Amino acid sequence: MKYIDEFNDPDLARRLLEEIHATATRPWALMEVCGGQTHSIIRHGIDQLLPEQVELIHGPGCPVCVTPLDVIDKALEIAARPEVIFCSFGDMLRVPGTDRDLFRVKGEGGDVRVVYSPLDALDLARRNPGRQVVFFAIGFETTAPANAMAVHQARRLGLDNFSLLVSHVRVPPAIEAIMTAPECRVQGFLAAGHVCSVMGTAEYPELAERHRVPIVVTGFEPLDILEGIRRAVHQLERGEHRVENAYPRAVREQGNPAALSMLEEVFEVVDRNWRGIGRIPASGWRLSDAFRAYDAEYRFDVTGIRTEEPAVCRAGEVLQGLIKPTECEAFGTACTPRTPLGATMVSTEGACAAYYLYRRMADGPAQRGSRIPREELNSIG
Amino acid sequence: MCLAVPGKVVSIDHRADPMTGLIDFGGVRKQACLEYLPDVRVGEYVIVHVGFALQRLDEESARASLELFEQLGLLEEEFGDAWEQAARQENGSEAR
Repeated sequence: MKYIDEFNDPDLARRLLEEIHATATRPWALMEVCGGQTHSIIRHGIDQLLPEQVELIHGPGCPVCVTPLDVIDKALEIAARPEVIFCSFGDMLRVPGTDRDLFRVKGEGGDVRVVYSPLDALDLARRNPGRQVVFFAIGFETTAPANAMAVHQARRLGLDNFSLLVSHVRVPPAIEAIMTAPECRVQGFLAAGHVCSVMGTAEYPELAERHRVPIVVTGFEPLDILEGIRRAVHQLERGEHRVENAYPRAVREQGNPAALSMLEEVFEVVDRNWRGIGRIPASGWRLSDAFRAYDAEYRFDVTGIRTEEPAVCRAGEVLQGLIKPTECEAFGTACTPRTPLGATMVSTEGACAAYYLYRRMADGPAQRGSRIPREELNSIG
Repeated sequence: MCLAVPGKVVSIDHRADPMTGLIDFGGVRKQACLEYLPDVRVGEYVIVHVGFALQRLDEESARASLELFEQLGLLEEEFGDAWEQAARQENGSEAR
């Protein structure tokens, strides 16, 4: 088996796979929530190493992918203003808005800058008092504490030329939305490890209980993912539905208390639109009233922008695990990383891009539902 | 961007506001905010996301992760030049 030698501990990978093969007696569908996990799964062919009964469904955990089109359009409008220095993480540059992207705005003369951290953007505001510095604050619970700290510092330092365009999203309401969708096939979750590094695991037991679904907190390295799958399958075979932490080296039950208290001070929970999915109740954060003056949507008066997504793009169904990327008619033809129709193709963490980059390179044109024959799987042990 | 990279705390500037430290990511050194791990010490390993240390990590798993990230080119993705990457995509080298 060509993939398994690339694991950092192939022997352990083999043992985990053998146990998964020996345990799974019935068909099970697991969703990995985090885009980093999806990336790792496809890159290492983990889905193809699993027994036929165990299917991985890709979840909505790519922050770039789920940022709604109207927020991208708001970013593009703000970034094009002459007084603005617009700061963003690099992976937002080529996410398509309605008619262009940030890369294009930069080419047209906009002052768009890539920063590694929101504190770099804050520093730019300090050094450019005559300009307005706006930071594109996207991301899940892992990223939100950084952005909370940046705006907290801005207020403390009296920097009134700094603001955030906020599009933060939260994982547990997304799990709730996936489990309550009528077409839901998900029977177990690999929860996003780094989200839980911040948030801890307290939000999950209630979800696991109510939907009778195992939730295993999982890292995103190949062995972490195999271990998460092993534990989830174990629970499913025994009819259990508990929260388990398979990533204890980075996740404590209580999360990070300092980060949690900053989040509580700076943000408040709101309903959010997810690109391709739609509105999910209580699924995001915005700046709380005390920090509203630092909200770029109000400062630049772009709250009214509303836009529609291209009809042909099925990224929403991909993000909800309803179809695989290769089942979209546009996949690899009208939609490629060079000409992306949706964010799942442009973001390196997006499921469509992962399939395009790795599956096509490895196997030629992606085949729907292709799996490694059982005989070949047996030879891995 | 979603990546959280393990690194070793090389030095801490307690007077910086917010408190920062120099972190070594397998050779690449960068400043990170340490406010969310206020009692972290020099020599400890932490996982860092967008310039913020979020949790401690034991040395063995930090080293294993870093080695893997380097093999997979993920460190380049995280710390490399985003403009160059965007331009490369724009110019059509679809598969890196």
